[in-house]
Order: sequence, then structure tokens, then C-alpha cells
Amino acid sequence: MSGRRIFARPARFAAMAPYVWMVLFFLVPFGFVLKISLSQTAIAQPPYEPVFDLTAGWEALKAAFAALSIDNFRLLVSDDLYVFAYVRSLTVAFAATALLLLIGYPIAYGMARLPKRWQAVAMVLVIVPFWTSFLIRIYAWINILQHDGLLNQILLALHLVSQPVVWLSTDTAMYIGIVYSYLPFMILPLYATLAKMEPVLEEAASDLGAPPWQVFWLITFPLSLPGVGAGVLLCFIPIVGEFVIPDLLAGSNSLMIGQTLWLEFFTNKDWPVASAAAIVLLVVLLVPLLLYERLQKRQLEQGR
Amino acid sequence: MTDELPRTDAAANAVGADAYPAAGQPLLRIEGVAKTFGTFRAVDGVSLDIKAGEFFALLGPSGCGKTTLLRMLAGFEAPDEGRILLGGKDIAQALPHERPINMMFQNYALFPHLSVRDNIAFGLKRARLARAEIATRVAEMVALVKLEGLEKRKPDQLSGGQRQRVALARALARRPQLLLLDEPLAALDKKLRENTQGELMELQRRLGMTFIIVTHDQEEAMTMASRIGVMKAGKLAQVASPRELYEAPRSRWIAEFVGDINLFEAESKLRDGHRLIIGTSGAGALVVAEPREPVGAGKLSVAIRPEKVKLSRRGPVSEAGHETALNRLDGVIADICYLGGTTTYKVKLDTGGMVQASVANSARLDVDAYSLNQHVVAWFTPDDCVVLTS
Amino acid sequence: MHNISRLSRFNIASLALGLAFLYLPIIILVIYSFNASRLVTVWGGWSLRWYHEFFNDRAMIEAAWMSVKVAVSSATIATLLGTLTAVALSRGERFRGRTLFSGMLYAPLVMPEVITGLSLLLLFVALNAERGFWTVTIAHTTLTMCFVAVVVQSRLGSLDRSLEEAAMDLGCNPVRAFVAVTLPLIAPAIVAGWMLAFTLSLDDLVIASFTTGPGSATLPIRIYSEVRLGVKPEINAICTLVIGLIAVVIVIASLASKLSSSQGESAAPL
Repeated sequence: MSGRRIFARPARFAAMAPYVWMVLFFLVPFGFVLKISLSQTAIAQPPYEPVFDLTAGWEALKAAFAALSIDNFRLLVSDDLYVFAYVRSLTVAFAATALLLLIGYPIAYGMARLPKRWQAVAMVLVIVPFWTSFLIRIYAWINILQHDGLLNQILLALHLVSQPVVWLSTDTAMYIGIVYSYLPFMILPLYATLAKMEPVLEEAASDLGAPPWQVFWLITFPLSLPGVGAGVLLCFIPIVGEFVIPDLLAGSNSLMIGQTLWLEFFTNKDWPVASAAAIVLLVVLLVPLLLYERLQKRQLEQGR
Repeated sequence: MTDELPRTDAAANAVGADAYPAAGQPLLRIEGVAKTFGTFRAVDGVSLDIKAGEFFALLGPSGCGKTTLLRMLAGFEAPDEGRILLGGKDIAQALPHERPINMMFQNYALFPHLSVRDNIAFGLKRARLARAEIATRVAEMVALVKLEGLEKRKPDQLSGGQRQRVALARALARRPQLLLLDEPLAALDKKLRENTQGELMELQRRLGMTFIIVTHDQEEAMTMASRIGVMKAGKLAQVASPRELYEAPRSRWIAEFVGDINLFEAESKLRDGHRLIIGTSGAGALVVAEPREPVGAGKLSVAIRPEKVKLSRRGPVSEAGHETALNRLDGVIADICYLGGTTTYKVKLDTGGMVQASVANSARLDVDAYSLNQHVVAWFTPDDCVVLTS
Repeated sequence: MHNISRLSRFNIASLALGLAFLYLPIIILVIYSFNASRLVTVWGGWSLRWYHEFFNDRAMIEAAWMSVKVAVSSATIATLLGTLTAVALSRGERFRGRTLFSGMLYAPLVMPEVITGLSLLLLFVALNAERGFWTVTIAHTTLTMCFVAVVVQSRLGSLDRSLEEAAMDLGCNPVRAFVAVTLPLIAPAIVAGWMLAFTLSLDDLVIASFTTGPGSATLPIRIYSEVRLGVKPEINAICTLVIGLIAVVIVIASLASKLSSSQGESAAPL
């Protein structure tokens, strides 16, 4: 315990610069998002009003405050387009996370069962694709999934289909893309908990008469739940706000909220609505975000 | 309540039990079992019979193969050669969950996400016992290991001793034909370990069950087991009762592994009736009783346990004329090690060797104690000596 | 073999399939980058034609150079700040605002990029900052320093505290003990953190799109606008080059960390 106190002062000093940075570039911007979400769009630079101008005096400031309204949020709630986008985002995120868990668990489990030396190799192998660009990985799938792409060529050659299947611009392609991109994020936390688990617990269960599938369900799986939680949150939260994958792989008839936000911002130049959409997305994700923070904190700062 | 507990009628209750042999009959027969990991022969042709109702200890230094042998009995490893017969049926290839054998693991392997009750009930649920039956058995077990009131706790809310009891209860709950204990007391501190040894023995006697314990602690094996198998480099070096192991070790290695011992290398050998006179490098000529089995051709040594060596200031009054009745060695005290109940003296012999004598401190005041550099006579009878081949 | 705690056939199969799934698309992409044919799907023999095309594409080259500059500078600042953060959080007593600090730190790891990007842009607009190299660099630093902090923090956490205590016992003050003992031990994690920050920055499309200004597009922004128009063999070539660059960075960094500490286990990115 005394060791902690010795380090207190240098540590506090070390924290200063990053602390100021994070407040300035992470926390403060949300204030601007909130403020602009309450503003109206305008054909001007910047494209919204009111603009707070501290030099314009107290009266102008009061008027600016009075001009703020929650109209944008009303719009988000009343317009089906936005509601559907939120619903679709959540649905896609749920389904994709479930898929990821289903695919990632056996892989992580296999890794944890490898001899120690091979575990390190397997971990590197899982991480390396993650180091190659996200965009590139999506693009790689476009190569494969397009009309005369490799997948259709193989299917045709094997006479499994008589004419090329439309893969691109479908939900299937989007799910493939999401699973492919997020798989390492699911595998790594799962692997971390599975590798830490003592194999003797599984032996004990087996010794007490549990056949292999019971050993898994009664011992292995319950004990890996912290890893499952971390993996699920690590995938679910960003997928809800995902933009690139649905934009490149899914069809354009139903949009996810990330795409809607992007459209409002870049195409329609409607910054206030985009900001309001971001605020709502943040509120939707607040609970999983807090859960994730608690998990991270427990893993990194306690248990020591 | 606990006294009503039936002597284990394992035959009636154990899962998948066949005919359970009566006490004294071989329950488990290990025949030429061997296991190789890579190029390392962990267990190298072990054959052993374990009788029903026996408390058997596998003793050996780490890496001797005792744990591998135990794991083969539990089913975590399959032997490469040989058979393991339980009640006459070969179970060598059976999976762990198919065997009427349970194990108490080193460090206990309690399921951290389950309560004490659920840990104990785990094996019973797997046996598909009725809910009421499970409840009764769990209550029985909790009472047996005196854990009443702690049923709802999780393993990490228990002390080391309590955890050990849960592990024991969990392994006993299925009333196995055979209970394996892998270093069951290694994680306990000395005082608790001694108490628990007694409790385990008492329990085993009361339940009439068959226990096989693996340990590297020879005192623990001697205290608890009725028979001990000493393992060395994958082989059984000797199987004997604790007394026999201590008093008549079959080889020099066993003599040194089990307890302290004085060893003198033999240089010559002379027969004198039913005595042997052996010339040693450190202690001169020693008279020993002729061993029951004729000594082999290998290098001989004479061994004597420290507590069999007596010390006196002037030496014993020898029986008239019988100079072969006793071995007398003159020397000076070179080192004194006070251990409470006993004191160990190292005596530097005039003949050049060194002999250890362990003397009981039978009086509180040390009027009889020897001091450093004091001249003493160390003596012992020929019958207390053992002739060993290396 | 019935040892339940060892590898089963099912384990091996799932591992093999999983790794194939992860690697096949990338391998296919690399192979097609050497395809002579303009039609992506028709194999026209080996050729470096698309690499030529890329090296003659001025806009693409400029975007690539911009990306590398941003990645190097933001990764370096982020490594500095992230390491300081990790030290503060794992060695400091509770200080005022600690909960807020660690909260701010873990949120960007999972925060949808559209939100982070939008909020930073609105800040820059409000500050009337000229958008371009520096705004993207600041944005990327904000994101990646959190990853660096987590990587370094997990290494710090696994370190034996008594090493520092021993150094202090032998006469170092806390800061010296940290520099002399702890820093060399966490060096592999710091290197890994830098690499992670570098690739994350090189990778990012969404935040860069929000925070960059006209005329300073990064490589992903250029690639994205090309990809939206359909598959082009030149893109395959660029992607292969990026993969190659990252592979080189990984190899150098892992060699460096191997040299700097033989027992330093490579830290997981998360």
C-alpha cells in the first residue's frame, strides 16, 4: 500500500498533459455537438444558427440562447427514416454480434487448447489481419463477392449455381464484412479468459462424471463469461455506429444510423440534424458504454 | 448423524459399480502400466495391487511419475502399455466420467462460480440422482466434513482448510470405489496439515473406503498410509508398510529418501557365524546381523538410523567377552542441533567418519546434554544395522 | 487419446477454418494486384502494371504521403501521451478526476467513429482552425492514445511491483526507479503501442473524412472514393503496398522489441 503513495506525486504530474488533451479534444467537443444539435440549419459558414459570438454582447447571447430548440430531436423521433435507421442499426449489431460470438468462440477455444508455444503464434496470426487496413479488408471482400468475382466463379465451376448470385449490396455481404472485420475483437478477449482458466477445473468436472459437453456448459462457458462480455461489447458498440461496411457492402434501400448521419452531414450539409442523430446514438449506447468502461477498469486497474 | 453414516456400500451406490470386493481382496490391479511423453518415460512398467479398504500412498520425489500414475487411474491420461483392472474390469481406456473413481485435486480445483453446496452436488447431479436424494447426500457430506453454515459461500470466501474440506466432500459425495488424493495437504500450513492427516485417516477407517494418496512428503505418507509404494524414475522401487520401509529399505536410495540415515561404505566383508563383520571407510569394522535375503554382488554399505545410535560419556558396559555384541565408535561432538523433542548430535569419529545420533530430550533440564568437542562414545547393536546394496 | 484438456479434432478444425477465413481474402487481393488484365476477375498473367499506374497517379501518391506523415506524427504524440496516461493510472494514488480520466480513456476505444469524427470537427469549426494536416493529426492522436494507454497499462499491471521497490531500496528516487527499471521492461509494450497507433491512423477513414480540409485527403479517403465507383486493379496494388508497409513495420518493431528485452511478451492490442 505504501508503494502507491510514494508514486502519487510523479504520477499526478504525468497525468496532466494527457488529461488536458482528453478534456479538450474528447469531452469539450461533445458540448459543441449538443449545442449544434439544438441549432437550426442555415445556408452560411458555418452552416447553422445561432452562432454564439461572445463579442456581440449580452443581449445577442441571450437571443442566441432563446433560439436554441429541440426541433431536431422532434424530427428524429417523428420521421420513420431515422427511427428505422436506429432500429436497423441495433438489429444488425445484435445479429452480427451473435454471429461473431458463434464463430469466434470455437476459434478462441481452439487457441486456448494449443500448447503454450503455439498459443503465441496463433495469437499473432489472429492479430496480423487486424493490422492491415480496415478499408482494405472490406475491399478484399468486394473483390470476392462482386458479380464475376471469385466466389461466383467457384460456385459456377462447381455447378452449385447456374448463374451468378448477387452478393454485393445485400445484407449477407454486409454481415460477412462485419464478421470479418470484427472477428479479432471477439476472439482476443475470449482467448484471454479461456487461456487463464485452469484446465484442472475441466478435469475435475470430468472426474465427477460430466461428459465433455456438460464440462463445457457447466464449467468452461460460465467461467469464460467475462471474456464473452468484453468481446460482445467490444463488437456491439462500434457496429451500431458502423458506416463503412454497410456503405460499401449493403444495399442502399435501408440505412444504418452511421450512414444516415454521414448523409445528413456530408450530402445534405444539415449539421444540426447530424449532431442530434449523434446525441441520440450516444444515449442509445450509454448503457453498453458504461458496462464496457466498468469491465475495462476492472481488468486493468483492479485485481492487482 | 455422522455416526449413522453407512460404511460405504459403494457396490450399491457407486455409479457404474460392478461387484465390489470384500475388504482385503484386491480392488485395483495395475499390470505393467507404462506412459511415455515424447521421449520421456514417465511411468515405466508399474504393477501393483491395491486391496479394498486400504490407505495406500504413492511416495516419491517430483518427476518420479507418481502423479502420472494417479492421472492414469483417474482417466486423464491413457496408458501406452498395460492394464488397469478395477473389480476385474479393464478401465485403462475408459473416460474419466465413466469411472467409479473420484479424485481430490492438488489445490482442490473447486469451481469458482459455484457455491459450496453446488460444488458438492456437482457429481451427484451428473449421476442423475433424484433431487431429494441429492439434498440428503449433500447435507450428509457437509456434516461429515463439518462445513455446516457455509453451504452458500463461494470458494473464494473460504479459508484454505475449508476449501480442502469442500474438495474432500465433493470427491466423496459420489461414494466412489476408489478415492485418489493428489497432494491433498500440500497447500495447508503445518499445524493444520497434522490435524487434517488425523481426520483423513479417521474418515477412511470409518467409511471403509479405499484411498490412494500421492505425496512427496514421506512423513505424511508414513503417518497416514497402511502401505507405501516408493516411486523412482517411473518405477516402483519398493512397496511395503511404513515400518518395513523405514526399518528395512530395499536399497540405499530408499533408505536415504525415507528419513535420515548414517551410511558407511563397505570395503571388506567377513562372516562370523550369523553375523557379518564389515570393514568400512569411515567407521572401521562394524558388526551387523546377517540380512534375511543374501546380499547381492553390488557395492555394499552399512546403514544405521540416527535414533538407533546411542551416545554415552564412557560407553556401555559390554556383555562379558562378547565384543561382537555392540558396535562402539569413539569420537567428539562436532555439531549440535536442538529440535525440541530431540537433539541431533554429529559425532566426528576417531576413525575419520561422521555419525549422527538423535537423542530424545526426556528431561526438561539439560543435565545430560553433551557439549561441543566433548568426547563421547557412539554405540549401537548389530541388529539395528542394515546392509544395503546401492 | 482421451485427455479432455488437450486439443481435439474440433479445436483444430475451428482454428484452421478461422485462420483461413481471416487470411484468404487478403491473399486473394494480393494475388490479383499482380494481374495483367484490366478485368479484375480474368487472370491475364503476372504483371506489375498496376503498380506502375499507382506510381504515376500524383493525387494518390500525395494522399499516401499525407497519410504516412499523419500516421507517424500522431502515433508519436499518442505514444507519449498514452504512456504517461498508463503510468498515471497504474502507479498513481487516486487523484481528483481520476474516474473521469479513465472514463474518457476507455470510451474512444469503442465509440462509433462517426460520433468522434463529428464532435472533433465541430470543435475545430468553433475554434476556427484551418482544417488539414494538423486537425487530422490531433484527431488521430486523441483516438490512438487510448489504445496505447491500454496496451502499456496491461503490461505495467503484469509487472512485479517489487522490482521498482527494490530499485528504490537500492537508492533510486521514484522517478529514477521508473526510468531505470520499469521503462526498459515496458519498452516492448510502448513499441507495440506505437505500431498500433501508426496502423490505426493509417487505417482510419471516418474520422479523417470529418476532420480534414479540402486538398489534404488521406489515402483511405482517396481509396474510399475510388472503391465507391467499383473495383479497380490499381486499388489492389495500393492495398498490397499498404499491407507490405505494415508488414515491414511489424517485423522491424518485433525485432526491436526482441532485441530490447528477450523476455518481453508481445502485448495484445486490446
